[in-house]
Amino acid sequence: MGEYDVIVVGAGHAGCEAALASARLGKKTLLLAINLESVAMMPCNPSIGGTGKGHLVREIDALGGEMGINIDKTFIQSKMLNTAKGSAVHSLRAQADKQLYHQEMKKTVEKQKNLDLKQEEATDIIINGGKVEGVITKTRVEYKCKAVILATGTFLRGRIFIGSISYDSGPNGLSPSIMLADNLKKHGLPLRRFKTGTPARALGSSVDKSKMKEQKGDDIITPFSFMNDNIEKEQISCWLTYTNEKTHDVIRENLEKSALYGGYIEGIGPRYCPSIEDKVNRFSDKKRHQLFVEPEGTDTDEVYLQGMATSLPEDIQEDFYKTIEGLEKLKIVRPGYAIEYDCIDPQELKMSLENRSIENLFCAGQLNGSSGYEEAAAQGIMAGINAVLKIDGEEPFVLDRSEAYIGVLIDDLVTKGTGEPYRIMTSRAEYRLVLRQDNADIRLTEKSYILGLASKERYERVIRKKEIIGKEEKRLETTRIDRETANSFLKKTGGAGVKNSVTLSELLKRPEVSYERLKEIDRERPEMKKHEAEELQVRIKYKGYIEKQLAQIERFRKMEDKKLDENMNYREIQGIREEAKQKLEALKPLSLGQASRISGVSPADINVLMIWLEKKKREKKESK
Amino acid sequence: MKDTIAAVSTAYGEGGIGIVRISGDAAEQILTDIFVPAFDAALKEGHKNQRKKKVGENRKLIYGTITDPKTGEKIDEALAVFMKGPATYTKEDIVEINCHGSIISLRKTLALVLSMGARPAEKGEFTKRAFINGRLDLSQAEAVIDLIKAKTDKGFGLAMDQLSGKYSKEIADIRNRIKDILVQIAVNIDYPDEDIESIVYEDLKKSSSQIGDMIGFLIDSANTGRIIKEGLDVVIVGRPNVGKSSLMNALLRESRAIVTEIPGTTRDTIEETISIKGIPVKITDTAGIHDTDDHIERIGIEKSKSASEKADLIVFMLDASQKLTEEDREIMEAIDGKKTIVLINKTDLQKKLETDEIKKTLSSCYLIETSLLSGEGLSEIEEEIEKLVYGGHVKQENSLLVTNARHEMLLKEAAKALDDAGKMISKGEPLEFIEVDIKRSYDFLGEITGETVTDDIIEEVFSRFCLGK
Repeated sequence: MGEYDVIVVGAGHAGCEAALASARLGKKTLLLAINLESVAMMPCNPSIGGTGKGHLVREIDALGGEMGINIDKTFIQSKMLNTAKGSAVHSLRAQADKQLYHQEMKKTVEKQKNLDLKQEEATDIIINGGKVEGVITKTRVEYKCKAVILATGTFLRGRIFIGSISYDSGPNGLSPSIMLADNLKKHGLPLRRFKTGTPARALGSSVDKSKMKEQKGDDIITPFSFMNDNIEKEQISCWLTYTNEKTHDVIRENLEKSALYGGYIEGIGPRYCPSIEDKVNRFSDKKRHQLFVEPEGTDTDEVYLQGMATSLPEDIQEDFYKTIEGLEKLKIVRPGYAIEYDCIDPQELKMSLENRSIENLFCAGQLNGSSGYEEAAAQGIMAGINAVLKIDGEEPFVLDRSEAYIGVLIDDLVTKGTGEPYRIMTSRAEYRLVLRQDNADIRLTEKSYILGLASKERYERVIRKKEIIGKEEKRLETTRIDRETANSFLKKTGGAGVKNSVTLSELLKRPEVSYERLKEIDRERPEMKKHEAEELQVRIKYKGYIEKQLAQIERFRKMEDKKLDENMNYREIQGIREEAKQKLEALKPLSLGQASRISGVSPADINVLMIWLEKKKREKKESK
Repeated sequence: MKDTIAAVSTAYGEGGIGIVRISGDAAEQILTDIFVPAFDAALKEGHKNQRKKKVGENRKLIYGTITDPKTGEKIDEALAVFMKGPATYTKEDIVEINCHGSIISLRKTLALVLSMGARPAEKGEFTKRAFINGRLDLSQAEAVIDLIKAKTDKGFGLAMDQLSGKYSKEIADIRNRIKDILVQIAVNIDYPDEDIESIVYEDLKKSSSQIGDMIGFLIDSANTGRIIKEGLDVVIVGRPNVGKSSLMNALLRESRAIVTEIPGTTRDTIEETISIKGIPVKITDTAGIHDTDDHIERIGIEKSKSASEKADLIVFMLDASQKLTEEDREIMEAIDGKKTIVLINKTDLQKKLETDEIKKTLSSCYLIETSLLSGEGLSEIEEEIEKLVYGGHVKQENSLLVTNARHEMLLKEAAKALDDAGKMISKGEPLEFIEVDIKRSYDFLGEITGETVTDDIIEEVFSRFCLGK
């Protein structure tokens, strides 16, 4: 029934981006969801962004993805995190109206040319000669296609755990995808179990906010999308409270009743996103843990209890939540739960996210062992692009670790693999000074425009931005301020005086002077958008550091540029340890740099490999 | 398959025993072919209860004779051991044959081994293989090269330290401290919402400068290390007939000359390397120039000048029985500013020399009065040289010394990066910028032990190990 270029299985954050990218690149695309309610559903926290994650959203946007635009339409609070630190690690986070987020994304998908959205459960893929050729649904409909993108999230053999009770289920009570899991296994895809958890939802009206600390959004809103300059909106606050010894006592007494500690769960959960049971148990010296009460939207009274994920039985959940200040009369509407699901080992994938053993089968999102909406969406857009390129017989689109957080994310997953649900962090990026959220467009939009994904309008905005910043940078470097004016200004900022006249850019380099502050003695400055001013400021202030990082990137590139043949016989190289040989054979790294990041391949192995390659090269040269 | 290499691995010379070492796939076969174990001979004579052992049994030292299988000639009595790779020095199969130490016996054994299919190992090739096969990290491999080249016991000990990984451990310890800071920074940046104590800049400053001191200490040791490895350059200057040659001869008598006469670059200086308190000392005597022609005195001064330029230490000799001459003064002027020992010789004669002027001109010199005839003052010179090498540091038997130029350079880079970080901390700059320098320091140190893999290592390896001919 029908033929498509690309079929995307699953319409979550990965699936939507994958399908939109594929359709926007001109491919006839089908997006299948078990339930249309699951389109861009946020079954866990009601926010988009955060440290590292905010960078991903900016990059998705810079590539012409939808997540940034969609959250800009639907957020109820916006906050730039880490503003006490430098702008390279500023991270944007927005609280979303969950329902609205889902609806807006669904509308965008529905309106998209070349894209069909259908509520149908995919139960099998058709493979012919090692190549995927279509998808079969529960109602035995067969769709032919050239490439399939699997983005099954936590649906794949999903199982929910609350205390000692467990049952097959997708997230949020939607039905799980079990037949597909069985069939993927039959096709030889090795699957494993991961788990994640979520806290209870309660009625906001049952929470006593007078006992909590208000968490407001920023006065000046920074939009996620580079397509939006300013957004003005009424914002809703979140509220902060803490657990106490009583809470911990209840949890400790009932630890064995939790699904996790009772031994009911086999899947591996994320260390960085622990349940409250885990926090109490592992950090017993901590007297209190934070709890943020976050509204789930404007049209609902439901609130999310951030920081309190749990798999304890419902009655115990109620008991411990109620010991917390402000939650004494809490009315839970959805209990917290843990969910276990099937996922693949991302080391089974190529850098393009195509499966190594089944051609034209791409995988994205939680299926690859990541966690988080943003991580999923980032893989989604890359899988979408690469499925299209594969069909067209083009080289894959791969971003490396020095180009984007997306590059870091995918390289980490594919090269290093992951033993737990993977979350991005700024410290995973070696070159975070250049991978800033404010310059994602400068880094990536042109690449995407060349591919045909980013729109002309988006591309022209970047060109303009570059021009404006470049011009202003020059002006600051050439405009001199006389000694007197400079010194009276510096007196106010608390900086040491100068002996001669100085340029504006010299003044800006001082830690106590910001571009905003400099305005006082710089009256002729041109009109600039906030993110442009920010980019400019970083460039001037930290020029030396950015240059140091660029030098590091150059060294990194040297190793990345040492390409390894995919058909290389690692067996014949003496001195590489057996474990490393196996890893290298399985992963077929594309470069020496990638090889050096494979876990199980030691620096000594790389040295041996490097020497071997150099020797070969020299021998070749000599024989010529 | 790799070819099999063999070499005499003990120093040439008359020793009690000497070892022929074979490494490679054919090692076991070669041993089986040329070695007749004593128990085989015993069996032939009818001692049936002798336990049958196999030549080539892993890690069993067996007594027997080296016998040429073609001629049946017995070359030497020997102990032989076969060690199965990869748990060996080169990670390949290794055979070691302990022969008698005579040159003839060793050469004959080696020739036999080579005739059985091994090829002669290049200098340092066993180590090269150990490195390539992943047995040694770079710093350890470098240590072996140093071991081979070590000139004195002290240099040998330093290289041994490095080989045993003591050195790598010290670097690893410093790196771990840096890692702690990096982890703290990472948590602070990535979890702004969490209830985590934010980094106090003063603490950061303190811990980074402590680490800086640790690195600094290693850098300071580099000068001493280099001298111990390469030798202290000492030049003896003074006008003719003050006793330069006598001093040279006296020192040579006192200590064991390691290298006998190396012809100098010009014919008119004599260079000897001797060992003083375990430190290799290269002594250049500017003697022998005084009896060629009339201009000799001028040349003598010029010589002193140029030789002293590259010297670590000058020994300036004077005659106690004569007053200071114009020539002495000119030499003093030429060597001013260098580390100098002033040696006043011939104290057995009547003293006419005034030392005040010398002390005034060479303000930081050390004065020793000696009579080379009686051997007086020699030990004082030796002590002074030792003091100079350890640079006022209290000499500790176990202190670690840096002896490798590449390591010294990387340590300096690491220290500089930490220093940069310190400046950023003082200025109160954001954490992520401070982190860049701290991370750089971490990576530089990693390059010493090979944990940070960079492209440069290739160059280093190829320059040191002569690969891919």
